[in-house]
Amino acid sequence: MKFIHLVWGNLKRRKLRTSLTLLSILVAFVLFGFLCAIKQALVGGVALAGADRLIVRHKVSIIQLLPETYQARMERIPGVAAVAHQTWFGGIYQDPKNFFMQCPVVPEQFMAIFPEFILPPDQMKAWLATRTGAIVGRKTAERFHWKVGDKVPILSPIWLRQTWEFDIVGIFDGAKKGTDTTSMFFRYDYFDEARKAQNWGTGQVGWYTIKVKDPAQAADVARRIDEEFANSPAETKTEPEGAFAQGFANQIGNIALIVAGILGAVFFTILLVTGSTMSQAVRERIGELGVLKAIGFTNGQVLGLVLTESCLLTMLGGGLGLGCAWVLTAQGDPTGGMLPMFFFPVRDLLLGLGLSLLLGIVTGILPAQQAMRLRVSDALRRM
Amino acid sequence: MSSSPSPGEPLVHVDNVDKVFHRGSEEIHILSNLNLRVPAGEFLALMGPSGSGKSTLLNLIGGLDRPTRGTVTVAGDRLDQLSDRQLAAWRARHIGFVFQLYNLMPVLTAEHNVELPLLLTPLTKAERRRHVATALAMVGLSHRATHYPRTLSGGEQQRVGIARGIVTDPTLLLCDEPTGDLDRKAGDEILNLLQALNREHGKTIVMVTHDPHASARAARTVHLDKGQLSNGEVH
Repeated sequence: MKFIHLVWGNLKRRKLRTSLTLLSILVAFVLFGFLCAIKQALVGGVALAGADRLIVRHKVSIIQLLPETYQARMERIPGVAAVAHQTWFGGIYQDPKNFFMQCPVVPEQFMAIFPEFILPPDQMKAWLATRTGAIVGRKTAERFHWKVGDKVPILSPIWLRQTWEFDIVGIFDGAKKGTDTTSMFFRYDYFDEARKAQNWGTGQVGWYTIKVKDPAQAADVARRIDEEFANSPAETKTEPEGAFAQGFANQIGNIALIVAGILGAVFFTILLVTGSTMSQAVRERIGELGVLKAIGFTNGQVLGLVLTESCLLTMLGGGLGLGCAWVLTAQGDPTGGMLPMFFFPVRDLLLGLGLSLLLGIVTGILPAQQAMRLRVSDALRRM
Repeated sequence: MSSSPSPGEPLVHVDNVDKVFHRGSEEIHILSNLNLRVPAGEFLALMGPSGSGKSTLLNLIGGLDRPTRGTVTVAGDRLDQLSDRQLAAWRARHIGFVFQLYNLMPVLTAEHNVELPLLLTPLTKAERRRHVATALAMVGLSHRATHYPRTLSGGEQQRVGIARGIVTDPTLLLCDEPTGDLDRKAGDEILNLLQALNREHGKTIVMVTHDPHASARAARTVHLDKGQLSNGEVH
């Protein structure tokens, strides 16, 4: 710490160059933060998926419906603890860009399987008592300024192609930071009865979520379910909830690889920029480094001073960039609903700090070694 | 290890020293079979034409370079037997340097420049501050402590350089052309200061100079020519 004013003074020596280098590091780390948040939004569901939950969908495609009668047969399969179904509603509130998910569900079954949705007991009671009742996640409620007691019109382009009216009876929160609270759930009995009018889809549901008794037996249970419905008109494909979420994300591409590719290019550029800054900084003050050695600084101390300077530079830029990214991503999903789990995870923030330190070491090590190897008498001649 | 000799006893022993530099395949003999004694408490001037080896000899005495042959012993320590790391620690403990071009850190204030050698000691911040204040007071620059080198005159910068050289109370003060970049008035002030350090504080000083006016302030002047001492003179 007692050398810090020397290190800090050297950083301030060329203010413009240091500022521009800091700015480029800052921008790189803001980008890092944003890409991490996007990756989290796209693949975060995989990590948050329950280890004890399976998703059962039509073997052909998720958009093919499954009979509601499958539920009773699934409940009889050994290893199945509970079953709940959901169906894609695809409704539009006021404007198509106001995207959020809505699904009809059977309230008690649904809430038993998804304990990460926290709904106050009185609101649960109200939901059970109100046929047109719907519960909505906190984010969406805040986004549209909805409150309990509001009537919400939602146009469904799939079901009846008309506007459905729902009574908001509850607002749920997430048990974890990444829990998606952008969705709306309403009662299946209201939905199924109403769609009889279109004479299509009645008694059919989108997919099932199964809770297994023992996560270690999940693969066996999945196999048994698919065997149960083999050779039927609606064969099933059962997979862990995490794999289901991963498959969804993979429709876009290998997110992790894309993010790693972009960040790799950015950090390589920053490596060159910062490395060049540090090399110039050392070349400019070879004489001064000679003076330090003359008055008793060891080679190791000189190496440490240069490395500290490069690490301070990258950690300052990195820290500021990560801070900016944290503040910007805290504003929430920039797409207006397409990325409900958009946030900058703490583990990625810590990874970013580690990366900034690593960047400092990598960019500083060669100039630091150059400074360390200087012969004092040669260096003093270049003062 | 080291022991500080009493006044009058040799502090610096340079014995049979050769220094050879290589430029490609060519060998350049800077110092040849050189012998020198500097008693403790002496103010010695090293004079000689450019290329005579004055600064090289100063570097050898200060442990900045190693002789090709022969030995240099300062304050009881054989410098050729010390590792680079030990030599750095030895310099920090025993040697104060004053350079022709002051060689101050432009990014540090006068007091932080003076404090630099103390950062290598176990002194506390408060103790370091006290030492810095004393050194700056000795060179008459207490009022310029928070000024950066660019705001100081050449003479003032050199006085800061001297304060940095003496702040650790080194055994030996080595000055390489300390007045070489100053006008006569500022140069005289620096020479007065060095004389006072020698006479009033008993500091042993070896000063390289071109200037007979400067060497006249030393107690003894030795001349170097073509890598050898040509004579010794006591004032």
